[in-house]
Amino acid sequence: MPILYYIYLCLTLFSIGVVGVLTRRNAIIVFMCIELMLNAVNLLLVAFSKMYHGAAYLNSPTTTIGIDAQIFVFFIMVVAAAEVSVGLAIIVMMYRNTHSVDINFLNRLKN
Amino acid sequence: MKIIIAFIVLWPLAGFLFNGLGRNIWSKKTVAYKATGYIVASFIFSILAFLNVQTNGAITVHYFDFINTANFKIPFDLKVDALSSLFLLVITGVGSLIHLYSTAYMKEEEAPHYARYFAYLNLFVFSMLLLVLGDNFVIMFIGWEGVGLCSYLLIGYWFTNNTFNYAAKKAFIMNRIGDLGFLLAIFWMIAKLGTISYSEVLTAESLAKLSTTDITAITMLLFVGAMGKSAQIPLFTWLPDAMAGPTPVSALIHAATMVTAGIYMITRANILFSASEFTGHVIAIVGISTALLAATIAIKQNDIKKVLAYSTVSQLGYMFLGLGVGAYSGAVFHVITHAFFKALLFLGAGSVIHAMHHEQDIRKMGGLKSKLPITHITFLIGCIAIAGVPPFSGFFSKDEILAAAFAKNPIYWVLGVIGAAMTAFYMFRLYATTFLGQFRGTHDQEHHLHESPFAMTLPLILLAVASAIAGAIGVPELMGGHHWLSHQLVSIVGEPHEATLSHQTEWMLMGISVTIAVIALTIAITIYKKKADGEPQTVLGKFLYNKWHIDELYNNAIVEPLNKFAGFLKEVIEKSVIDGAVNGTGKLVQYSARKMRLVQSGQVGYYILFMVLGIVLMLVLWFNDISILRFLIQLTNKS
Repeated sequence: MPILYYIYLCLTLFSIGVVGVLTRRNAIIVFMCIELMLNAVNLLLVAFSKMYHGAAYLNSPTTTIGIDAQIFVFFIMVVAAAEVSVGLAIIVMMYRNTHSVDINFLNRLKN
Repeated sequence: MKIIIAFIVLWPLAGFLFNGLGRNIWSKKTVAYKATGYIVASFIFSILAFLNVQTNGAITVHYFDFINTANFKIPFDLKVDALSSLFLLVITGVGSLIHLYSTAYMKEEEAPHYARYFAYLNLFVFSMLLLVLGDNFVIMFIGWEGVGLCSYLLIGYWFTNNTFNYAAKKAFIMNRIGDLGFLLAIFWMIAKLGTISYSEVLTAESLAKLSTTDITAITMLLFVGAMGKSAQIPLFTWLPDAMAGPTPVSALIHAATMVTAGIYMITRANILFSASEFTGHVIAIVGISTALLAATIAIKQNDIKKVLAYSTVSQLGYMFLGLGVGAYSGAVFHVITHAFFKALLFLGAGSVIHAMHHEQDIRKMGGLKSKLPITHITFLIGCIAIAGVPPFSGFFSKDEILAAAFAKNPIYWVLGVIGAAMTAFYMFRLYATTFLGQFRGTHDQEHHLHESPFAMTLPLILLAVASAIAGAIGVPELMGGHHWLSHQLVSIVGEPHEATLSHQTEWMLMGISVTIAVIALTIAITIYKKKADGEPQTVLGKFLYNKWHIDELYNNAIVEPLNKFAGFLKEVIEKSVIDGAVNGTGKLVQYSARKMRLVQSGQVGYYILFMVLGIVLMLVLWFNDISILRFLIQLTNKS
């Protein structure tokens, strides 16, 4: 399957994430959009990794070319999981204080 | 010899440091003895150096490298040859007498100022000796600047008087204008020849390397330097104003030594000057014009020192006429005789001023003959010498210059004789008004009239003797002499020109100039024996009395426009343009900061939006070519 399809998919997912972050006010949806962007990048990494590794594998079955990107993906997943726990905790605290998850209320921090 | 030559220069420097640093410590007596003693020591060493030149010829001694770079070197060398040893004797000899004279003349000054005066005077002698002893143009330039500085310091010696300060500044600035010419000439020589040592620049080989334009430019620039230092048109107006300084200073600096630096420099570089016909003409014309202009002004002045000052300018003009027509040894001869009789006249004037309690207006003098006998006799000898009456010294030197001028162009000679007649006239006008007739001052002044102390009359007597007999060093062959001086200077200026004039012509020229001078001085004595000049009545009289309005001309043509321009820069350029730019920058930053801070609204969404826009912009800029597109196409083709 052409790599371009993966790239288009990733671009679409990433753009949806960006637009979601920019336009939505609900903190949980913003949060989900951030996850969407992260996973779009993950997907791209895996796709490229597979492409390069597959090409090298035909010549030498023991090659490790291209597989390091997949290790990155695991790292990103771990970091994302940690981030989710922190982010959700913040949102919970926010809800307790303001009874809302609207991020525009966050500007109360100013002054 | 190396040590002796070094000490000729170092004695006055030691005196300067001693008096300058210890001005609050030493008594006036110590200061006077030390200051005079150092110059006398320098004089004795100069005699030794002179005798050495007579027996062993010229020597150059190397002390250290002043500037030393890979391909250019300025050594600190001193050179004693026929020319510089003569100047050494004049500077230290006349300098010693003037120091001696000053010890009495300045004794009313407070101790620190007394020491300050002698420190400046010693520094001056030091600079002047450096000027004549240096073996390259840079060392000469150091001395050249040094004498300018000392002149400034001494003219403004009585610094509480603002007029004197202005006179000092005027002298310094005029000198600086000339110095710029000298400096450019040095740069030109370095650029074209890569050296500034006399022994390398002033040779036939280096002349061959220079084009005619180069030689003309270098000599003209050197001459501009000489114009400033030696008070020639158009830079002469500082010299009469320099009379603001104490009278012995006028005698030493503004008559006998510093102003002759220009003549020394041109004589030193005579090989270059002889090679440029054009510069020679310019020098001769400037010289004779200065001589005549200053002489006409001197006729109408009433300040005893101003008359002498203009007479100095006029005599310097004669020397430049001599240089311009190639009579270098004649010019040097006139420098030497002029040093004697002009120092004598200034010191005599100082003695008169001293007796008159700082009265300088000759209209208020008169009849001083019997009250100041020694001053009177010596002053008279000085007047006769400068008027050119044989057998006094001025006759021989002036005649030599005039004869050379006649050989070059008879018009120079005619103008020179007219100038000489005016010289005789104004000098005897000065003499008769001051010493003959009735006393015209106040009763109080008359009561206090006194002959000056011995320390002042001794220099007068010695200088009078020198003025009377100094002509002996240059008696022309015509009169059975063998012109010792020009033989001395053969190694510097070459063989004296073959006599182009027949003996009859020379006798006739001499006879005419002497007769005219004697007639002029007789007329002057007859007129001014009885009465002094009143206020000038005729248009011409007023014109001369006001010094041809040259100061006003310079003021209106140069100073005022410059002041206006400076005012324009201050009021318009400074206030609107420069201040505007500086304040504008500040205002712009403040304004933009006020507007920009509104962007920081606290809305997180906007921050992120700007961030995304920024990233997109960066990507566009980064990949503004089609490389990303090509990359995508490549991928498509591959799959």
